[in-house]
Amino acid sequence: MDILLLSIIILIYTLILGYTGYVAWKRTKTAEEFMVAGRTTHPYIMAMSYGATFISTAAIVGFGGIAGQYGMGILWLVFFNIMVGIFIAFVLFGKKTRKMGHNLGALTFPEFLSRRFESKFIQYFSGFVIFLGMPLYASVVLIGAARFMETTLKMDFHLAIIIMAVIVALYVVLGGIKGVMYTDALQGTIMFLGMIFLVLATYYLLGGITESHQALTNMASMVPESVRAVGGTGWTSFPTLGSPFWWTLVSTIILGVGIGVLAQPQLVVRFMTVKSNKELNRGVLIGGIFIFIITGSAYIVGSLSNVFFFQQTGQIAVQAAQGNIDKIIPIFINSALPEWFTYLFMLTLISAVMSTLSSQFHVQGTSMGRDIYETIFNKKGEHSVTITRIGILIAVIIALLLAFILPGSIIAQGTALFFGICAAAFLSAYICALFWKRATKNGVIAGMVLGTLTSLFWLLFVYGKTATSLGILKALNGQNMLISAQPWSLVDPLVIAVPVAMIITVLVSLITRPPSKQHIDKCFKGL
Amino acid sequence: MEVLGIPDPWVWGAYIACILVTLLCVIYGILNWNKGDEDEEGQIKEELEWEQKELEMEEKELGF
Repeated sequence: MDILLLSIIILIYTLILGYTGYVAWKRTKTAEEFMVAGRTTHPYIMAMSYGATFISTAAIVGFGGIAGQYGMGILWLVFFNIMVGIFIAFVLFGKKTRKMGHNLGALTFPEFLSRRFESKFIQYFSGFVIFLGMPLYASVVLIGAARFMETTLKMDFHLAIIIMAVIVALYVVLGGIKGVMYTDALQGTIMFLGMIFLVLATYYLLGGITESHQALTNMASMVPESVRAVGGTGWTSFPTLGSPFWWTLVSTIILGVGIGVLAQPQLVVRFMTVKSNKELNRGVLIGGIFIFIITGSAYIVGSLSNVFFFQQTGQIAVQAAQGNIDKIIPIFINSALPEWFTYLFMLTLISAVMSTLSSQFHVQGTSMGRDIYETIFNKKGEHSVTITRIGILIAVIIALLLAFILPGSIIAQGTALFFGICAAAFLSAYICALFWKRATKNGVIAGMVLGTLTSLFWLLFVYGKTATSLGILKALNGQNMLISAQPWSLVDPLVIAVPVAMIITVLVSLITRPPSKQHIDKCFKGL
Repeated sequence: MEVLGIPDPWVWGAYIACILVTLLCVIYGILNWNKGDEDEEGQIKEELEWEQKELEMEEKELGF
């Protein structure tokens, strides 16, 4: 570790960050000015700050590591990220969400669903799901940055977690909870340039695009016997259809995250803060390129790290990372790329964590205060601030504890689990809210509750990975999983729970009384 | 058939699909760059009201 170089980079980085923050602060002294400034925001600033909010360490470190283990088949996730997360989300969902959200005066995602279907239950139920599920995501985001610090600074992992948590807490307490667009845009730009540098440097190091892919193809014989037994075939070929490897890659990683992104509460709220449809149209272009570069680079580099590690040490990536795939990207960057880049990249990751976590705490805080407390007790204002702050504090502590006790190779899995739970609970309700006027309050409630319960049931008792490690069933009747027949224990909860929620929503809606025409007209005004 | 050194069509297919879908986004963005601003004034006004309400909510619930 080069302390002098590290200090210089931290100093320059902090100065630039401080300067952009200062410029933004000077331009937006009052709330009114803040909003007026927003009217003339350059589309570039807009898009980069989007990117910085959506992409976290989980995508780069966690899923990059998955690529190191599963190979380039994971590029389908890039395809879904762009097709579903950008194109479909912006064009089909975004514009409608914006207009309907404004028609209904909804400020949070639970409130949006609740007002659309005229049910308070929906609001606090959704609030609970978000509040309880999000610490898992927050903790894997923390782990992502901590793993990078651990490798780069040769630091104890637990110490790294605590340092990250303190940095984030300070940032939130100092009022950074409202992500300042300019600093977000700076982080987005560094991430964007950093990832381009990373993928180009990797291809260059390994002798070119086709050459490096070819070298990876030639390594197929290096796949360990244990991986071959569960369906792994190499890093440039898809796992055997229907094998455990295939189910994890396709159902958990590609579908779970690729589809689950549509029902992410933070993302949905972002649509309501978009100035106009024009902004969304332009966002498709810039967002598409941004996601392509960031996630595409991370997954390609993760896969190709196998070639690098093999040439240097004779090991494959998973072995070089001592079996913890969360360490593949940190170790690769540290050993293959110049030191200045490693430090810069680490700072980018830390700031990505800050912006992602502060917006997560924002969502958690509002779900606690507005969606749960105020809705259940029908109170406005009085104790909301205290309740919310206690809520955020609890959330931070849970996230920290989880970060300490969760096992290795968890980042991508944890992210996928959270996305899956959100999809099971919200996706059918959200789709019906936007596209099906006949959907009824009871239908949506039934779908939401059963979708969530199905997902939880599957996680606790059927899905092998979670059922075995949680061990609840084992304590009850000695079995690891309820259904040991393949492929059920390999199928991600989302694949079962989302269709269940959808079917129940439709069936119950059809047998219950349709919503009043007046209400529907109000929701769909101008659509 | 091998494409770019990748033998499995399911994998090089993904590589190509990523590029194509990005192009789709770029073309869509270019074609619609200036569209969607019919009634932009009204949309911005709606948005301002929304943000005002959000700020109030933040103050009330988060205390920031």
